[in-house]
Amino acid sequence: MGWLRRQRYLLDFILASLLRRKGKNLGLLLVYSLIVFMLASVMLFTHALKREMGLVLQASPEIILQRIEAGRHALIPEDYLQKIGRLRGVTARKGRLWGYFYDPAVRANYTLMVAPERRLADSEVIIGSAIARTRGIGPGDYLTFRAHDGEAYSFRVRELLASDTELFSADLVLMSERAFRISQGVTEGWYTDIVLSVSNPLELEKIAEKLTLRLPDTRPILREEILRTYDAIFSWRQGILFVLLLGAILAFVIFAWDKASGLSAEERREIGILKAVGWETGDVLRMKFWEGAILSLMAFLLGYLLAYLHVFHASASLFEPVLKGWAVLYPAFRLTPVIDGLQVATLFFFSVFPYVVATIIPIWQVSVTDPDAVMR
Amino acid sequence: MRKSDPLLSLFALLAGLFLWTLAGSTRSPQVAAERLDPVRRLVSELGLSDPALFTEARYTRHLSQADLHSAFQDHPMALEHFPSGSLLAPPRPGAHGRGE
Repeated sequence: MGWLRRQRYLLDFILASLLRRKGKNLGLLLVYSLIVFMLASVMLFTHALKREMGLVLQASPEIILQRIEAGRHALIPEDYLQKIGRLRGVTARKGRLWGYFYDPAVRANYTLMVAPERRLADSEVIIGSAIARTRGIGPGDYLTFRAHDGEAYSFRVRELLASDTELFSADLVLMSERAFRISQGVTEGWYTDIVLSVSNPLELEKIAEKLTLRLPDTRPILREEILRTYDAIFSWRQGILFVLLLGAILAFVIFAWDKASGLSAEERREIGILKAVGWETGDVLRMKFWEGAILSLMAFLLGYLLAYLHVFHASASLFEPVLKGWAVLYPAFRLTPVIDGLQVATLFFFSVFPYVVATIIPIWQVSVTDPDAVMR
Repeated sequence: MRKSDPLLSLFALLAGLFLWTLAGSTRSPQVAAERLDPVRRLVSELGLSDPALFTEARYTRHLSQADLHSAFQDHPMALEHFPSGSLLAPPRPGAHGRGE
């Protein structure tokens, strides 16, 4: 109890001392929290996005087979479906039709896709929410495309794709096979690529090997590779953002180090007086430890909580320009809060510990010297 | 009331919120899975392979399907001019092993 009361008195004293230099300490708290906010935002955002991609892309096709012509992705003939032959482990195979369409009206790229399961009429389309938002259209309105031969085709928007799927469907235009072939000039007997379903993931490598032997001009893309691509991309982007932030972090480190380690004449005199009125070295150290701990802990908690709000409740809007680039269509999405405890612990350690240490060392040097010498 | 009381209450509040965010995270895998169900259904129905995050160019829209093995995506000597492209990781050896 006695120890606790002693710490409370120390806290009262520190608070009074911090409030005496209100402007300086609030400024430090603000910059400190801002740095923690930026770092925590990048960490939380990339971790949550990576996890979400991992969960969703588990449902993507096990194998996508592309035909390569002169080193580039080309249309694949329908008879390749037969040429693949019987492959043990392959449960289903089908040709897919998809492509891109640049809409000069809003300068956006759409992804056109044939969706046989939706049973669309040839004059109907289903569009992603981002297209509807950008074009200002909704169900019942018409969307006009200029086809490959210069003809203009109008499609009635049957419905919008659910807005909670926007992260994957923002720029999709689903249409019937006939509408796609006529408007894009893809003749019968050709597909964009072929997808294969495989029930046992252990057989994927072997099947991919057999495919490249039977059809040497093709490139199988496995689901594992898709997952690895996205894992690598977000780690890299997090790294890039950290590098960009490095300048700001270094500036802060210099600022904090200077503030914490360079004692002003006033602070030296304060320590001298405290020692002269009977404070022990341990008390002075304890007081300065609490001072550093209050500031850094407060900055960590404020920065982290603001980052949490920014990433999970404000759609990480500060990162939007970085991810969006020059794109016109950008999905509105909300990530599920998923936090990596180890990342948060690392952030906590590197934001709180160095500052507290940087405060204590110079104080210790001053507080072990004679009060008379310090005050002179 | 002592001077340190408001400070300690503020700390208690912030620490409580901090712990709540961590607890929310451990609760959420199941919630996340349920929330992602419509997306997974769509991905599975259409065989989607990429998120619609970078729609500025065809090779940034479908990164996993892009011609990673061709050095210049648009034409010989074409400089990479899309912001997303400049933020992409160079392919790791082995990560896109097949066909390149």
